[in-house]
Amino acid sequence: MTRLLRNPIGWAGLLIVVVLACASTLSIIPETSQALVVRMGKPDRVVNRYRPGQGFGGDGAGLLAHIPLVEQVVVIDKRVRDIDMERQPVLSTDQLRLEVDAFARYRITDPLRMYLAARGDERRVGEALKPILGSALRNELGRRPFAALLTPERDTAMRNIRDALNRIAAQYGAQIVDVRINRAELPDGTPLDSAFERMRSARRQQAMTIRAEGMKQAAILRGQADADASRIYADAFGKDPDFYDFYRSMQSYRAAFAPDGENIGGTTLVLSPNSAYFRNFINKGK
Amino acid sequence: MIEDLARRGRGDPRAPARLGDPASLSNGQRWGDDDPEGGKSNPWSGNGRGGRRGRPGQPSLEELIRLGRGRFGGRLPGGGARPIWGYALAAFVLLWLLTTSFHQIDPQERGVITRFGRYQGTLGPGVGLTMPAPVDVVTRVNVDQIASFDVPGSGGQNLVLTGDQNIIDLAYSVRWSVRDPELYLFELAQPEDTIREVAESAMREEVSRVTLDEAIGPMRSQIESRVAARMQALLDRYRAGVTIEGVAIKQADPPEAVNDAFKEVSAAQQQAQSFLNNARAYSEQVEASASAAAAAFDKVYDAYRLAPEVTRKRMYYETMEAVLARNDKVIVDTPGSPTVLPLPGLKPRGRAVDGEPPTITVAPAPVTRGGGQ
Repeated sequence: MTRLLRNPIGWAGLLIVVVLACASTLSIIPETSQALVVRMGKPDRVVNRYRPGQGFGGDGAGLLAHIPLVEQVVVIDKRVRDIDMERQPVLSTDQLRLEVDAFARYRITDPLRMYLAARGDERRVGEALKPILGSALRNELGRRPFAALLTPERDTAMRNIRDALNRIAAQYGAQIVDVRINRAELPDGTPLDSAFERMRSARRQQAMTIRAEGMKQAAILRGQADADASRIYADAFGKDPDFYDFYRSMQSYRAAFAPDGENIGGTTLVLSPNSAYFRNFINKGK
Repeated sequence: MIEDLARRGRGDPRAPARLGDPASLSNGQRWGDDDPEGGKSNPWSGNGRGGRRGRPGQPSLEELIRLGRGRFGGRLPGGGARPIWGYALAAFVLLWLLTTSFHQIDPQERGVITRFGRYQGTLGPGVGLTMPAPVDVVTRVNVDQIASFDVPGSGGQNLVLTGDQNIIDLAYSVRWSVRDPELYLFELAQPEDTIREVAESAMREEVSRVTLDEAIGPMRSQIESRVAARMQALLDRYRAGVTIEGVAIKQADPPEAVNDAFKEVSAAQQQAQSFLNNARAYSEQVEASASAAAAAFDKVYDAYRLAPEVTRKRMYYETMEAVLARNDKVIVDTPGSPTVLPLPGLKPRGRAVDGEPPTITVAPAPVTRGGGQ
């Protein structure tokens, strides 16, 4: 033996022996896990169990000593895990169909119970809870009208689903942290198409309203302008209506008989020498 | 079998093959050939067998050592082997310690130390010293880097129901960073998936609180900030150790299927606008011309008031001049004379009835009336 230890290979061998011995008696429990020690098939103790609000670096995680072959260590996740529910059709009370997809988050709080119910396999817990989440969701949402699913009442619905699910989850040593509706959509096909059609017709109506409103505003503007103009005229011309009559008639004659830039003639005027224009012309000549 | 192996290992002459003999080692086939049992008598496989029989590792390990001794001892001069091995081992250990105990943490990183899985502390930026590798493991977490993801992940539509039961096509991105590396590492099984799901859930919930028009237009920034706040609250409840840096709505459009109807609305808006523009142009024009006429009248009237009679006369004559100068004139002396005039060059115009030319008499009325004043 002394000869053996003098040889580096001997040291290496000893090291391997020590490592093997450690490997069979010590297990590493990471912060993210809790462990259940099962002695000869009988659950014995829980290490690094989840406690609410617990910090990291406590006594639980790290090396765990156990008796080789006699004690088995079942490592169970301590983190928040999620269950993604398959898309579910939900019929609301007003007979509208919705495709709902939700997720739940849970964590194992009682490893012993979880070991007994699901033999220490987290996936089994998830699989057991998944259909229950689906039915809880359908039950809860089916009691509401469609519109309620789109309103903040959703919060209450989700709380109810969470509570319902929690009762089942407790049997698996799990606790539901949260349930959320991820998507609530109209199913493809007729419901979606009719929703689109409704949106389209609403838009068309809106377009017509906008156009009509535009026309109305335009007419009002024009009328207002005409009114303003006539007020301006009245203000100006009202100062002397008699003179305005004369002034305007003069303008009118010019416009009617001698428009600017037009060629001469077109109208033959038959005048009487007695007319006012010829007053001086004729009388003076007499 | 164990005895047999042991005998062989010790170099017993009765052993079927002399394992210590370099010659026998160089030809591996001979082990199998010489074995009377026909199985593998390879000393390495013997290790496995020994383990299976309940005494893990013991005989084969011994053998392994002997084998090694025989092998190297036979080749190297007895004294020289140890120092080389010692140095090699020392160098290896040193290298191992250096590479696994010293950790250079970049400024944007934190190194979370776990000792046999248990949280031991967090290394800040700089060089940190820990126990060597299998004992202490350092996980680097980038706390400054802002990660982001898009919803929907790859193109396509992301239809979301609004509060007025309409549908909107929404694309947005979420930026987040790690705030607390320990929580981030230890609390959630799938942190990134969780953040994604929380984003989607929060966005759909917030959009369901507003109408379609609000979601498309004015409420966008409010929705963004509300979704960010909601996500933060949910993730804090999960103790995710994550900060939501921001939510940005990149696109909030009506779905493709109804896009034409929406375009119609904007076309109608344009049309309405153009109606209004035309009306405004008209009203400006009307008012301008009214003002112009009024202003012109005011000027003339000011002049008129200075000398009413003269101005009136002047205007009358000027107008008559202009009118008469530009038109043909016929002066008929006798009031009772026939007005059917076969005058040359007279072209019947306008609504002449029965060949009667339009007869216009210049009304002297204004002037007489004005003169009477």
